[in-house]
Parts: sequence; C-alpha cells; structure tokens
Amino acid sequence: MSNTKSWGNYPKVAASRVTISETERLKALLNEVDDVISYGNGRSYGDSALNDNVVCIKPKNYFLNFDEEKGLLHIQAGALLSDILEFSVPRGWFLKVSPGTKLITVGGAIASDIHGKNHHVEGCFSESVAMLSLLLPSGEIVSCSNTENVDLFRATCGGMGLTGVIVDAKIYLKKIRSRYIDQKTIKTKNLKETFEAFEKYKDQPYSVAWIDCLAKKGRMGRSLLMVGDFSDDGQLDFVPKKKLNIPFYFPSFVLNTLSVKLFNAFYYGKVKAGVSEQRVDFDTFFYPLDSINNWNRIYGKNGFTQYQFILPKKNSFEGLEEILKTIANSGKGSFLSVLKLYGKENENYLSFPIEGYSLALDFKIEKGLFPLLDQLDEIVINKGGRIYLAKDARVSKATFEKGYPRIEVFRKLRRKYNMHEKFNSIQSKRLGI
Amino acid sequence: MKSSTQYNQNALESKNSYILIIGAKSDIAKAVARKYAEEGFNLYLAARNASALDEFASDIKIRLGCKVACLELDILDYTSHQIFYDNLKEKPLGVISAVGYLGDQEKAENDFAETSKQIATNFTGIVSFFNIIAADFEERKSGFICGISSVAGDRGRKSNFIYGAAKAALSTYLSGLRNRLYESGVHVITVKPGFVATKMTEGLDLPKKLTGTPQQVANDIYKAQKNKKNVVYTIWIWRWIMLAIRYIPEWQFKKMSI
Repeated sequence: MSNTKSWGNYPKVAASRVTISETERLKALLNEVDDVISYGNGRSYGDSALNDNVVCIKPKNYFLNFDEEKGLLHIQAGALLSDILEFSVPRGWFLKVSPGTKLITVGGAIASDIHGKNHHVEGCFSESVAMLSLLLPSGEIVSCSNTENVDLFRATCGGMGLTGVIVDAKIYLKKIRSRYIDQKTIKTKNLKETFEAFEKYKDQPYSVAWIDCLAKKGRMGRSLLMVGDFSDDGQLDFVPKKKLNIPFYFPSFVLNTLSVKLFNAFYYGKVKAGVSEQRVDFDTFFYPLDSINNWNRIYGKNGFTQYQFILPKKNSFEGLEEILKTIANSGKGSFLSVLKLYGKENENYLSFPIEGYSLALDFKIEKGLFPLLDQLDEIVINKGGRIYLAKDARVSKATFEKGYPRIEVFRKLRRKYNMHEKFNSIQSKRLGI
Repeated sequence: MKSSTQYNQNALESKNSYILIIGAKSDIAKAVARKYAEEGFNLYLAARNASALDEFASDIKIRLGCKVACLELDILDYTSHQIFYDNLKEKPLGVISAVGYLGDQEKAENDFAETSKQIATNFTGIVSFFNIIAADFEERKSGFICGISSVAGDRGRKSNFIYGAAKAALSTYLSGLRNRLYESGVHVITVKPGFVATKMTEGLDLPKKLTGTPQQVANDIYKAQKNKKNVVYTIWIWRWIMLAIRYIPEWQFKKMSI
C-alpha cells in the first residue's frame, strides 16, 4: 500500500500498486486482482486514475518502430510525450496533438483523448492514432482503430481507462521545420473583444487565451490571446533547459483573492496593448509549466482541482458571462484560467470537446469551493455543456450524465466485455460509469 | 599533433565498436546496454530466450540509432560458448556479464540441484565464457572484461551463502584474470552492487538510502571502465559498509543475523 496521488493532490488514496513491464505479467495480473485502473504519470487532476488497485504502466515505454516516410510511430503506452519529443524534434517531427504538459503517457493521452491548442484544426489525440492495442478483461489483446473493432476504439479513446489496459499504439506525427514558434499575443479588453479575436485568428493553427477571471464589469473577460505556428527556419537542435522546482507545499494561505488579483493585474499589465509578436521555443509555447517541477505544490497540502467545462458555441458568450460573474462575485480566484475555441466534436463516446468555448480554472481545495462549483455545474448543464473527466474529482452523476448523452452506449459496451467487473476508478464508481 | 589525430581516430573507432552483454535480460543489463548505446556503441545482447529482448532492442535502435543484435546464449551450456563466440562476425571491444541467479538459500540447503544451479549460473558458466573471451583479447592485446559480482561474495552470511560463495569465487576469478591480462593491456573490472531495485529484488523490503537504481549501476560501470577502475562498489557507500562487515571478528560474526 502506498499513497497514490493525482496531480491535484485531491483526493489521496492508499492504493496497492503493481508495476508492470512485461505483457505476460500484465495478463497474469488480471487474474489476480479485480477492480483495477491503469495509472500513467499521475497527471490527470482528479480521481480518474485512482482506485484501491492501480497498474503502473510507465515502465512499458519502448519505441517499437518509426516509419520515417509516413511519420508513423509505434510505441508502448507507458512512454511519455516528452520521450517522443526528445526523439522526434531533432528529426523534424512533432506531435499532431499535444496538451499543455508533455509529462503524460501515451496511454493517458488516449484514455483522456486529450486535445491541445490546435483542436480547432487537428481535433483530439485519437485523431492521430492509427491503431491501438487493448488488453481486455478476458486477457485477449485486440487491435482497434477507425476501421477495426471500431466500437472498442471509440470507447477507449476518451474512455478513461475503463475499457481495459492500453498496451501500445501507432500514432502519426507531423512534420516541422523548426523548434521555434512565431507567436502573436493579442491583448483584449473584455469578453466580447476576446471572442472577436478568437474568430479573427481562427486560421492560426495554435491558439489559446489566458483570461483574468477576477476582472469585473466592463473589464470582465479581458484576456491575452496567444496564437502562432511553427517557424520555418530549419533550427531543430536540442536545447537543454534549466528547471525550477517547488521544493515543498506552500502554506495554503499564500494563494488568496488578493494575491491572485495582484498576479492577474501584473500578468495582464506587462503585455503591450493591441497585438505584439514574439518568437519562442516550443517548450515555452506549449509547456510553460513543465519548466517548474512540482508546481502543483503552490496550492498547498490540501490540493486543488481544475474545473474545466465546455459550452456549445451558440451559448458560449452568454454562458461564460454568467459563469465569470459568478466566480468574480465569489471572490475565489484562479490564476490559471485558460479559454479556448474548439473545433468539431468527434465520434468517441466520452471525448470531452464539442464545438464551442472551453474554460479551465484551477481552484485550491477550501471551504465553500464545492458549493460554488455545483452552482457553475448548473449553468454549464443549462447551456448544454459538459465537464472534462480528466480534470474532475467531484462532479455529480446527474451532471455528468446530462453532459455526456452517449454514456449509455459506453455502459452497454462495458457490460458486453465484462469491463465493469474488472476496470474501475474512484471516478467511475462515483459516476456510475 | 600527429598523436592527437591518432587518438581521435581511435576514439572514433571505439565508438562504433560492439559491446557484448551477457545475461542481457536483467534490469541492470538493460540499463548498461542503454548507457553504452547512448555513448555511441553498438550492442550484442545475449541471453536465454533472446527473443524476449526484441522490443527492448527496437527501442534502443530507434531512439539511439545504434546497431543491436539479440543473440541466444545459454550460460549453462558450456560447450556452446566457443561456437557462440566464433559466430560473432565482428568481435566486441568489451564484454560485460550481468548473469546472475539469486535462487533460494533454504531450498539450496536441502536440494543439491538448486545449489548446483546457483554455483553454475553465478560462477562456472561465466568462467567458461570468460576463458574464451580472455584468450581472444589477450591475443588482440585490447578490450575489457567486466563481471558483475556482488557484495554477498565479500562475506558468507546464513541468508544467502551459496549464492555468496559463488559470487566470492567469481570475484576471485576476476581478480586473477585481471592479474593475468594486465600485461596484454586488457582491463578487467569487478562490479559489486549492493542492493539494487530490480525485478530480482522486487518484493524485498530494501532500505531506500542503501538501494541503487539500475541506471546508477550502469553509470558506475561505464565510469569505472573508462577510468580503468578495478573493483567498484555501487552504490558507493557499499565499499564502506562491506569494509566494516569484513572487519567484524569471526567469533562475533557467527552469532549475528545480518
């Protein structure tokens, strides 16, 4: 038994962990334990990879093949995206889809069907997956893709590890000519301007906005929209970077309304008005927080949660206005608030993205937080939106079900393959998945 | 000026050379293989059921761009060793043995087959193999031989003295081999790992501060080989722990449980 945590440090679970590196041992394990969930690098925020029994898949991290003609990489599920980039960037290849951290496993990327700053162009991670191998409760390993075992593929991508253990996958990479990004930062004064800027820069492959969620009235929704694309300069060499570390948990009072307000004002204020241009390394552009080890410790020992929701485009403006107002009035600040316009929804049963705007907010766990989030849930559901499972540790079953209308198809498939008797997380039990 | 060009030329050649690792399925062997591949060497990975190494080999080939061949070798099939070595087209620059079998002490005490297996795997088989390597390296007047022994060979303890005795014999063998090959310029390294977190020790409750990782062991081995160290303890603190243990008088030691 050891304390197993997710990135939010909430909840904490005493789990018995089994580390596997060989497929044969993994199969044997399935006969020994019931009620188990795969655990990658512990970067999902809530309780989706936590249970009394977890299988650590990280040691299974070998590169099996790389087809340089097609940019097709065959890789085991425990490999980190950072392993891939270290290998691929000097050779002129990049992930087609990458989230805001490269410190997640390939298996985790598939199970959460993660997305990135280019969702409006490239879709989710699953759209770069040519094939994946899945270990079923029966001990059989099946290969799934858009053309083979399609139902298993659609359930497994975004399926939060609840369909089996993802063993390996073939993923397409994209060609790049530089490790640098030509970036534009657009400073907006309010939510309306922010929305207009997103629309105006829609043809940029990468876009994301940091939003000041404590700004009120006329300044509500003021943002820094960052858009960009890979440069063309042929510079691909590896540049090692220094890392900072947060050596201990900050006392929980460090982050309060005042300090977050100050940070937000400073962060917003230091950028020039209008449009400015920068050239930044891909690490700075995609993974700013990866350069600080253990950054989650700034939220203190009690941990934090990330509240991420998405609203259909037609209701986004109204919905966001209402939500930002509610947050600003509550005084609970989130100093990492990220807004993004998404592209079309895919066909996976539980993938998060739909076409519309998503907002992600980090809150430290404290008294009064969960009632506020319940209030936000209500607005999200009323506007036809949903909550992201990879970030969640507290949403109710009813809220979840309203947001994910295809859940019944997923449940049926779980029963068909006996997955519900073998693969469960604390989250899946809470939500009756 | 000329000599420095000569030196660089040699360095370049050695980087494309092969390193032969036997017992290549162990976690330490894999870490050593990765270390040498990172340093630009090609690899022969030899083990029983070598096909189990295919995925590992492809990982190293793809990520580090070196040549890797997985070869079938049964350390207990002594007569096959010469044939195995003769079949290597390009002879290796160095050979590292990570062959080891911890076994079960209690079983060994009551079952000679188990005792015999521990001795043969940890000692006899390696000697058979290294004799062949030594003869070739001596003639070529180059190369290195590295044997992974164990701190368990430094003093016999009731918990694992069959294994320990075999490792002690291996350490003694390596010491003699070093002495023999010194004049030919062939270097011999004895590696004595203390606790290492591997498959072999999974489930044992090892003290964290005294337990190394396979990567640490691999780095120590590479450094020791490069700097021509003779006997290396890994992690370093074990040199001092074993020094202390060796100094306990026998009349006292026999009463102890450590």
